[in-house]
Amino acid sequence: MSDTTPARSMEINGTVIDDTFAEGFGMRGTRILITAQNHRWAYNAANAMTGFATSVIACGVEAGIERELSPDETPDGRPGYSVLLFAAGSAVLIKQVETRMGQCVLTSPTSAAFSGIDGGDRINLGKNLRFFGDGFQQSKKIGSRRYWRIPVMDGEFLVEETTGMVRAVGGGNFLVLADSQPQALAACEAAIDAMKKLPNIVMPFPGGVVRSGSKVGSKYKALMASTNDAFCPTIRGITRSDISPGIESVMEIVIDGLTEADVREATRVGVQACCDIGAKGGIRRISAGNYGGKLGQFQFHLHDIMGGAK
Amino acid sequence: MSALTFTLKNPAGPADIDCGGLTADTLAGKTAAEVAALPLLVGGRTAKVDDVFEVSGTDAMQIVFRGSTARCHRIGAGATTGSIHVDSDAGDHLGAQLRGAEISVTGSAGDFAASEMKKGRIVVQGDVGDCAGAPLPGNKKGMSGGMLVVHGNAGERLADQLRRGQILVAGNSGPYTASRMIAGTVLVLGSVGAHCGHAMRRGSLIVRQRPPLPATFADCGTHTLAFLPLLMASWKEAGAPFATLPVNARVHRLMGDTGNGGKAEVLVWA
Repeated sequence: MSDTTPARSMEINGTVIDDTFAEGFGMRGTRILITAQNHRWAYNAANAMTGFATSVIACGVEAGIERELSPDETPDGRPGYSVLLFAAGSAVLIKQVETRMGQCVLTSPTSAAFSGIDGGDRINLGKNLRFFGDGFQQSKKIGSRRYWRIPVMDGEFLVEETTGMVRAVGGGNFLVLADSQPQALAACEAAIDAMKKLPNIVMPFPGGVVRSGSKVGSKYKALMASTNDAFCPTIRGITRSDISPGIESVMEIVIDGLTEADVREATRVGVQACCDIGAKGGIRRISAGNYGGKLGQFQFHLHDIMGGAK
Repeated sequence: MSALTFTLKNPAGPADIDCGGLTADTLAGKTAAEVAALPLLVGGRTAKVDDVFEVSGTDAMQIVFRGSTARCHRIGAGATTGSIHVDSDAGDHLGAQLRGAEISVTGSAGDFAASEMKKGRIVVQGDVGDCAGAPLPGNKKGMSGGMLVVHGNAGERLADQLRRGQILVAGNSGPYTASRMIAGTVLVLGSVGAHCGHAMRRGSLIVRQRPPLPATFADCGTHTLAFLPLLMASWKEAGAPFATLPVNARVHRLMGDTGNGGKAEVLVWA
């Protein structure tokens, strides 16, 4: 067992901030606005659209609901949600948007979908989906935007032809090391609640929190990744552990954002929420996951980000 | 710089004047004297601009026609930029093949207003004649972009073979409104003449009262359509009465002209 608590010390409210960094990667991202008759059905469509989208490794995209939209914030004046989707490359994102729009939003009662990014490269939102209309679809160009009206059983599905795709940042993260599993989860919940108030980011794992952080490689040749044993508390005595004695549970929050600044700000807000609970609440350390800085083009150093915190 | 102004010297004169060349595209950078010396077709013969107009001002991006009459044809034709204001009436082909400029007319305009217009905006406070937004004779596609706003009435064959863009009419429209329409949107707040939608293929005609449609239009029921609020929001800049239309109106949808294989829609406010 080795305890690699960093030499440079930083402590916020009794919680140690490791002198390490999260390693982020360049991604392609897009935003889609989904509306419906009420928030319940807009949520159902948005939730389905961003389901099974925790990691690009197996899901193609990382996605989540960015925030709820009031009727005066949506193009058609109905309640809605904005969703963000991120992929490792543009081809995958384009394909995933098309598939998810067809299976999750087109199918959802009363839904409509609109571009959430005006600039960027234009990718198909309803451009190919229109063929579901079997020739009964109608185009309507209003101003500079083209919409498609596709007849469906509950009326018409209205969808904008394209949305914007921009360069984005994925892989921001931090780890919460706590005295107990309930305390780790409570801190992560507080962090997610605070981070969800920020624009331009999503935390793609269930509820925003991941408990099965992974390392690259495995003893099994077929696997590219396996459990991050250095942060698994139940085997800390027999592995090259990175957790201090007394720590019983570690959870991770992964962040994807439209810009580096967005991910950085989300990290700051999330870590601060955990530190507000602090050592008295069982939050012992905050760390982050990286690959030695060799793979990702972005580095989010915890000490730099939390430098102004108390 | 003051607006480049053309004041008609003899409003009672009988000859037709081709004003098509008097746009920012051709006049930018020219002095008033240079503009006055330019050739102009008057009654089929080549004259000079100052034979029929008094020319003042230099800013070709803001052109004003004063005292013009229904003899002043092709005002703003093909213009790509700038604004043109007509403080009285305009003749035929107002803004024909317009490609981006903005035209406003205080009075009325003649036939073929906005014919084959591609981009831009034309606002006529009075009436427009026949074939507004239609193709020029011999051609097969009418207006393909931009917006024509008519606060008075429109004549026959409004939006004939309309390809894209929007036409808003506050008053009535004549027979064969939206005939052979290919796509686009037409709104008529008043009554619509006979044979409306004849051979209409695609696009939307939106009216307040059910027009005399051919029997080849099929009833598709009353609906709340999601695109209408977006469309009506885009009409707010057109001012009253278009800005005050009910956003979430239910509409009666009729589709046709099935005699022509058409899938166009006539939406009647329920």
